[in-house]
Amino acid sequence: MLKTVQGKAWSKYLLSLPPMAYLLIFFAAPTLIMLFASFRYSGEYGGLAPWLVQDGGQWTLDLTLENWQRLFGTDIYLRLFVKSIGYAVSTTVICMVMAYPLALMIARSGRKSRDLLLLLVILPFWSNFLVRIYAWMIIFSPMGALTRILNGTLDFFGLGPVTLMYSPPAMIVCLVYVHLPFMVLPLYANLEKHDPYLLDAAQDLGAGRWRRFWLITWPLSLPGITAGSILVFIPVLGMFAIPDLLGGTDGIMIGNVIKQQFMESRDWPFGSVLSMVLTVAAVAVVLLGSRMSRQRAGRGG
Amino acid sequence: MHRDDSYDAGESLAAAFSAIPSLSSLSVGPDLVAVFRVGNLVWVFTGMESGALLEIVNVSRHFDAFVALDKVSLHIEAGEFFTLLGPSGCGKTTLLRLLAGFDQPDGGDILLDGKSMIAVHPEHRPLHTIFQNYALFPHMTVAQNIAFPLRMAGVAKEDIRTRVAEALEDVRLPDKGGQYPDALSGGQKQRIAIARALVNRPRLLLLDEPLSALDAKLREQMQIELIDLQKDIGITFVYVTHDQGEALALSHRIAVMDHGRIMQVDEPSRLYGYPGSRFVADFIGKCNLLDGRVSEQQGSRVTVELDGLGSVHVCGQEARFGAGSRCALTLRPEKIRISPVSAIPEASTTPGPLADPSPLRSLAEESRFTGYVHDMLYLGDVTVYNVTLANGVLLETLLANSASGRTNFFEIGDQVEVAWSCDAGHLVLD
Repeated sequence: MLKTVQGKAWSKYLLSLPPMAYLLIFFAAPTLIMLFASFRYSGEYGGLAPWLVQDGGQWTLDLTLENWQRLFGTDIYLRLFVKSIGYAVSTTVICMVMAYPLALMIARSGRKSRDLLLLLVILPFWSNFLVRIYAWMIIFSPMGALTRILNGTLDFFGLGPVTLMYSPPAMIVCLVYVHLPFMVLPLYANLEKHDPYLLDAAQDLGAGRWRRFWLITWPLSLPGITAGSILVFIPVLGMFAIPDLLGGTDGIMIGNVIKQQFMESRDWPFGSVLSMVLTVAAVAVVLLGSRMSRQRAGRGG
Repeated sequence: MHRDDSYDAGESLAAAFSAIPSLSSLSVGPDLVAVFRVGNLVWVFTGMESGALLEIVNVSRHFDAFVALDKVSLHIEAGEFFTLLGPSGCGKTTLLRLLAGFDQPDGGDILLDGKSMIAVHPEHRPLHTIFQNYALFPHMTVAQNIAFPLRMAGVAKEDIRTRVAEALEDVRLPDKGGQYPDALSGGQKQRIAIARALVNRPRLLLLDEPLSALDAKLREQMQIELIDLQKDIGITFVYVTHDQGEALALSHRIAVMDHGRIMQVDEPSRLYGYPGSRFVADFIGKCNLLDGRVSEQQGSRVTVELDGLGSVHVCGQEARFGAGSRCALTLRPEKIRISPVSAIPEASTTPGPLADPSPLRSLAEESRFTGYVHDMLYLGDVTVYNVTLANGVLLETLLANSASGRTNFFEIGDQVEVAWSCDAGHLVLD
């Protein structure tokens, strides 16, 4: 009896070995390397300076806090973080508002049309991410149909022309477009599992349409909203491609600055500092989200 | 509750009133509910507190070509424990959903307290439903669940608190208010669902197979609790089940349904003892059906020629059977006496006091046939013996294992005699 239980536990570990190894090699180890790099000096031609130097026959550690002092010495980076979080929150909220009715509609439609609608949600994944962003660039370009129609209409009312390209709104539109399926799918997975008898019971006990939604469907869907929000918020927070291509000077996010440090400024240690902050922020959001949904689950949701 | 024979008084009263020319029609129900109609005007006089609370009039429901309900009419009285019984797909759940308002009939009307419910949304109907899976809100505590209908009705906060506490007291779970439904057992969930449905005193409670998720022991206990609860609060219950045993145990009256139609509406004992059709006889309890042909009828006594067995007398038949019509004799296993052939004296047609010491049995005329024990089933309290009769028909009989230490009175292949008194069976026409 005891033996089989132990055997089961063993096989469980064995099964989780590949993902554990993957996470160890591609997440934990790089994070630790990055953390270490954030305390090192940058090399003369980019890269990193050696951390162990021989000084008169004695080996000494050559580490520094100056990269971290640079982060906290000015409010530029703090403001950048706040702005990035602001963009990420806006994108997440817009995604949620747009995804909720869609997910609800799919979850409550018939089995056949449900499969088709889900297919349509994941259809954009069939073409490359960058290709889709370039498509938006064409749509937003000053000579593009959208901009010309919009400016033509504005002109009719005597209002000046606007530029859509290279602006935070254009960037957010594209961020929402790219991340919408990541909100729809977990929400759908949650809503689809709801017991339809709960809504019948609520109606039977006197709840009208709105109260059925706000008192039953909405609270029960919070775990789905949490999951979707994590899946949208974290990639958006670290995003650099969309701000680069569509954001212009205003639409710079923390990801752009990190990329800049590594690729252009060749300042790996400071890039590591910013990456560490981003990683901590992302892990904090995940922990907060999972704790929230666990509390809900503890209440039986 | 009423019996059919109580209509007689009403009918004679109606006959007396119909002599008055100003009344175009008058009918008097069993509880002295008199309905006067003059042109389009209708007066209803209720002699007693109870009257028809719920009237289902010619209700039909079709799903494409499938007829779920075919012109169903029922009267359910206030305070009644009424059961809709039938096999799955008979339309009982469809009817319940129509009563709750989750579905609309294709024809007919549903009247509650005389008012049509057809256009009324479920949230505005003064009735509640107990769902098969209880449908407790998992994200709300037990107290919040029970408070839900009161909140919806806009009851003041302090009142809600006291009424929820009372409701928890009523279902004997006073300290469970702070828990979430997941922490409760099946029986407790059931009671909370009942408390939630009854807390704002609906006119009617609909129960959709509420005990089907419970194990046998708990189900029996909950049946007793349901009967007590219904008696205490006096709210009308409309109960849906496919379990005939449950229906017999709980109900004041039962409507047996099949293929979207009402087959029979009666009290449990009458339904069991006097089934109106083959279907009802077969569906309610265990029943032997012996096919035959009516030879003649003298009052309530009918002579039937059973196929391959010969002539038997059936007493106490209220209905009229035309000579020559095909029929079936329904016989409950427990009403058949099984005995060894050798023990039966020769002079069976003229039972003397020595031959048959039971005075009750000697009063009734018996039908006797011999057969062989085909198989047997030991069930603990009783043993079921299936006896093959001369015409090849298997007759199910049972013998209580009341004698200590003895279980098998007969062996497979034994020749036995089966007998039943002439008032044991009931005839149904084909």
